Amino acid sequence: MPPPALEPAASGDKPLVLLAQPLFPEFAAALKGRYRFVLAADADAAEAAEARVLLVPGLKTVTAEHLDRLPALGLVAATSVGVDHVDLDACRHRGLAVTNAGEAFAADSADYGVGLVLAVMRRVAAADSYVRRGRWATDGDYPLTTKVSGKRVGIVGLGRIGSLVARRLAAFGCAVSYHSRSPKPSAPYRFVATARELAADSDVLVLSCALTEETRRMVNREVLEALGGGGVLVNVGRGGLVDEPELVRCLREGVIAGAGLDVYENEPHVPPELVDMDNVVLSDHRAVLTPESIRGALDMVAGNLDAFFAGRPLLSPVTL
Amino acid sequence: MPSPAAAAAAAAQGYGKPMALPAVIFIRRDASFAAALRQRFRILDLYATGQSLGAFLAAAAAASDPPRAAVVAAGGPVRVDAAFLDAVPSLRCVVSTAAGVDHIDLHECARRGVVVANSGRVYSTDVADYAVGMLIDVLRRVSAAERFVRRGLWPVQGDYPLGSKVHFFTSLGGKRVGIIGLGNIGSLIAKRLQAFGCVIYYNSTRPKDSVPYKYFPNVIGLASESDVLVVACALNKETRHIVNKDVLEALGKDGVIINVGRGANVDEAEMVRALQEGRIAGAGLDVFENEPAVPAELLSMDNVVLSPHVAVQTSESRSDLRDHTIANLEAFFSGKPLLSPVLPQYSKVNGTDR
Repeated sequence: MPPPALEPAASGDKPLVLLAQPLFPEFAAALKGRYRFVLAADADAAEAAEARVLLVPGLKTVTAEHLDRLPALGLVAATSVGVDHVDLDACRHRGLAVTNAGEAFAADSADYGVGLVLAVMRRVAAADSYVRRGRWATDGDYPLTTKVSGKRVGIVGLGRIGSLVARRLAAFGCAVSYHSRSPKPSAPYRFVATARELAADSDVLVLSCALTEETRRMVNREVLEALGGGGVLVNVGRGGLVDEPELVRCLREGVIAGAGLDVYENEPHVPPELVDMDNVVLSDHRAVLTPESIRGALDMVAGNLDAFFAGRPLLSPVTL
Repeated sequence: MPSPAAAAAAAAQGYGKPMALPAVIFIRRDASFAAALRQRFRILDLYATGQSLGAFLAAAAAASDPPRAAVVAAGGPVRVDAAFLDAVPSLRCVVSTAAGVDHIDLHECARRGVVVANSGRVYSTDVADYAVGMLIDVLRRVSAAERFVRRGLWPVQGDYPLGSKVHFFTSLGGKRVGIIGLGNIGSLIAKRLQAFGCVIYYNSTRPKDSVPYKYFPNVIGLASESDVLVVACALNKETRHIVNKDVLEALGKDGVIINVGRGANVDEAEMVRALQEGRIAGAGLDVFENEPAVPAELLSMDNVVLSPHVAVQTSESRSDLRDHTIANLEAFFSGKPLLSPVLPQYSKVNGTDR
């Protein structure tokens, strides 16, 4: 995909961009020739002193210490939507701007979230495995599963991704309610004041909010018990939103009926107890990943970098 | 014949002998369904007797109160054809436990004045939901990701090449979805996929007036402009192998096929070849030509999603089916119209519009 047109820098020198971790080959190819990329860990004293932009092409942690080494820094550019891996307090204190992937991944994340709801409740992946292992011929029909249409859906976080999840599940005749920091007056769905109440009123609880100090481990034993024996949890937010050991216990004990997980507390580590469960769908943090959304994220990154170096407003600044 | 209610009332008032519940032939491997029906009808359960079909029907016909209705499952070995109807001349009503009635000879029934009912809309939302679930799975590789994680490969292989089509196929947004058969199921699929930003096209025997989707008069035309082809039509003479080699070629190497109709709607051998040779990009299949046999070549493919004919199988629709079957039988026995009749002039579409 050809990169958008760009005014050449006055001196003809490519702007320096430090990298928190290496670029994916596709990113490198798309941004080639427009910036001078140096791995932050390899930066010499001159480069560290000069660098105005730190690009974080993944989820590697960026601490206050990392930022302190870069006195000229003005922008931390993330390629993801969630920026919980960046010390936002430190950025705020330094007066740094932070950008994320904006809308680039929203639709694909929402699509995948709904895919996980269907996969868990209708056992799509488990039934596929049943067939591949030859059990249809030997063991007969697959057991009955649970209808999705018309069920009560609770969404935690009605941001870009959550509102797209809502719209999709509404088309299945689901009644959608949500919990977020504050009600969204323009949303046609019912606001619920706490996650626990939302869980109590839901057959499916979908997590699509940011990970912050307030939301860390918000899905705890109390919330899971409220969700209950017929309830299903789907997480396309961050693993840290859930008390993972408690989730494993609740699944084992039948406190909830099942779960679809794209994210975990300690990726790529997946709790081994989950690997044998038929009522769990496990995914490798791929909800955002399609060629289309990656291109979109690339555009966002390039657009934010260009804007920053040209002194124009950033495309997708994160409110700190 | 008095309705069950009238019979019970008569019995309660002590008039004559207690009236027997109406006899109903039941041909389905489902003891709990038979038990549910037994509360209202005298069930003659073929599979419980262990008799051959011929002996069973002869015994039923020879009884003093021969059955006027039969509940016959689709997809099994039993066809309600001229021989079946000849064997039990008392039959006036046949109820299928599926939407499909390809196991029932509608013309023979019509000729004899035998009314036919199907499962109506009982299964429609579950099939539509499953079709969408399979479509997301094929395009976004949900099941493939599952296998990847369960095999412990995530920590080992880590972030794999973004260009790999096995792992990252494509987004749903903006995809053109061509639906073959815009009946109950097809319409529900369309409504769901629109919310994902898909563009809906369709083919059916005739265009539907109040529908906002683009109509294609033939399936090859539909396939050539679709990224995903969804088979949601009934199986009959016209729709057997409706997805054939030409249609697959028109669908093309980036195209995906989803089948929640009947296995025989698709030329299965041709589709398997097309998948092996990369002439189409993937498939989501709930039905096969020779269930439970699934072509072995498919079992190792990461770009296909396979399921053992489960699109209808939720606990909710199972109980809805029982209620619906009972309601059709009670309507028949009280002389009222069936809830979900299948009429022979729709034999081209077998009760579900294509």
